[in-house]
Amino acid sequence: MIPSNFEYHKPDSIDGALSILTEWGDDARVIAGGHSLIPVMKQRLTDISHLIDLGGISELKGISIENNKVSIGAMTTQHELITNTQLAKFVPLIREASLQIADPQVRYVGTIGGNVANGDPANDMPGLMQTLDASYELTGPNGVRIVKARDFYEAAYFTAREDEEILTSISFSVPNCGYAYEKQKRKIGDYATAAAGVLINMDNDTCSFASIALTNLSDTPVYCEEAVNNLVGKKVDSNAIKKAVHYCVEASDPVADTRGPVEFKKYVAGIIVQKAIENAIARV
Amino acid sequence: MEKIRLNMTVNGKDVEVLTEPRQLLAHVLREELNLTGTHIGCETSHCGACTVDMNDMSVKSCSVFAAQAQGANITTIEGLGTPDGLHLLQEMFKEHHGLQCGYCTPGMITRAYRFLQENGSPTEEDVRFGMSGNLCRCTGYQNIVKAILATAEKMNEMKESA
Ligand SMILES: Cc1cc2nc3c(=O)[nH]c(=O)nc-3n(C[C@H](O)[C@H](O)[C@H](O)COP(=O)(O)OP(=O)(O)OC[C@H]3O[C@@H](n4cnc5c(N)ncnc54)[C@H](O)[C@@H]3O)c2cc1C
Ligand code: FES
Ligand code: FES
Repeated sequence: MIPSNFEYHKPDSIDGALSILTEWGDDARVIAGGHSLIPVMKQRLTDISHLIDLGGISELKGISIENNKVSIGAMTTQHELITNTQLAKFVPLIREASLQIADPQVRYVGTIGGNVANGDPANDMPGLMQTLDASYELTGPNGVRIVKARDFYEAAYFTAREDEEILTSISFSVPNCGYAYEKQKRKIGDYATAAAGVLINMDNDTCSFASIALTNLSDTPVYCEEAVNNLVGKKVDSNAIKKAVHYCVEASDPVADTRGPVEFKKYVAGIIVQKAIENAIARV
Repeated sequence: MEKIRLNMTVNGKDVEVLTEPRQLLAHVLREELNLTGTHIGCETSHCGACTVDMNDMSVKSCSVFAAQAQGANITTIEGLGTPDGLHLLQEMFKEHHGLQCGYCTPGMITRAYRFLQENGSPTEEDVRFGMSGNLCRCTGYQNIVKAILATAEKMNEMKESA
């Protein structure tokens, strides 16, 4: 299980990486933690003759929280997201979700940038980033542009990122409200059968803010706009929650696979969304 | 495709290997350096049998390219203990029957080593969660968990009496 051969590059700057990427075009790919890419390379499902390791670029590392704004470098690992005490304090949602990704070995090397750029609907971070309404910074030969996580995913493995662009960082505002990431999986370390990220704020018993996104329930993450619109401004009782859950399940579009048939996945989706909403409300 | 000179520190010794960038670290360790204690179970990053310590992290060496290990500091099971001088974890695995066929054991022990560096007084739940990247087909895990908890306890006793 060894992939076909490639030339290995390890630039120490974003500009260096971009110039190799531009020089080799389609034949080149960046590698972050490699824990999504190496498996597909081993299966020879992809043909890469130039591999550009982003691991030597210090500009891509680190977490900063300033003026209510969080910025995370693409090469920050899932392990670092879990152990960063500032992040755990200001955005506990990230830690809660990261702990449900893969296993310890994978989390030491898997990065947030690789997880969101990959475009695999089974990845947890894209849905999480849609919940947080995060923005992705993409750097290419023509400069920097910002794309919202909610606009980034087009279909499985198709994203708004151009081939010669690198996803350099992710930013979002500190949420300051109730939160939950609920995930149903077959075993620890597995991708989601269904997962949901929820943020909610309450003004007495009225919902003043909400955000809900789903993981692995369609060929992209699903931001549940209808459910959100039906919660915000309403009195939140069991009926309102039921309605929101209904809209989320309606918005999902799972396919049958080894994790189960469509009916089962929608059923599980309903349960985890309800749990996530209830947990988030309890934490306001 | 050109070979690369791969320089690493493995079990405290500097080594140089001529290899292809695509070669997997597990194969470099086993076939070039003859360190066959690192096992390959699934070769698809699921079972953890190939776990080694790399730059203070537990990694699955079947899912790291040789090129990515350039300059790395690596500890394999051979670096933790010897047949005459077992590591405390190895002693405890022996005492608590933490292994049957032994195939998963090098991965279990290298992972447990790093886990205990990060959490010296774990609960049973901490151990199960921290070891969740390692599969065992024989023991049912119970005795592996016991062995790791016993190691932590002994480590703490030794610290106290020191
Ligand atoms: C056993 C196992 C279980 C797993 N379980 C889960 C799980 O439950 N949930 C989950 O979310 N993930 C899971 N994963 C995936 C894991 O989290 C990956 O590490 C992650 O998806 C990709 O991050 P990476 O840094 O390894 O990226 P890589 O594998 O290096 O890259 C992935 C893709 O993104 C591209 N890319 C990487 N970084 C950038 C960048 N900065 N800019 C542009 N493109 C980039 C690469 O070219 C590649 O196409 C699992 C993986 C394994 C092996
Ligand atoms: S052999 Fe590497 S994880 Fe199974
Ligand atoms: S002892 Fe046989 S696989 Fe663990």
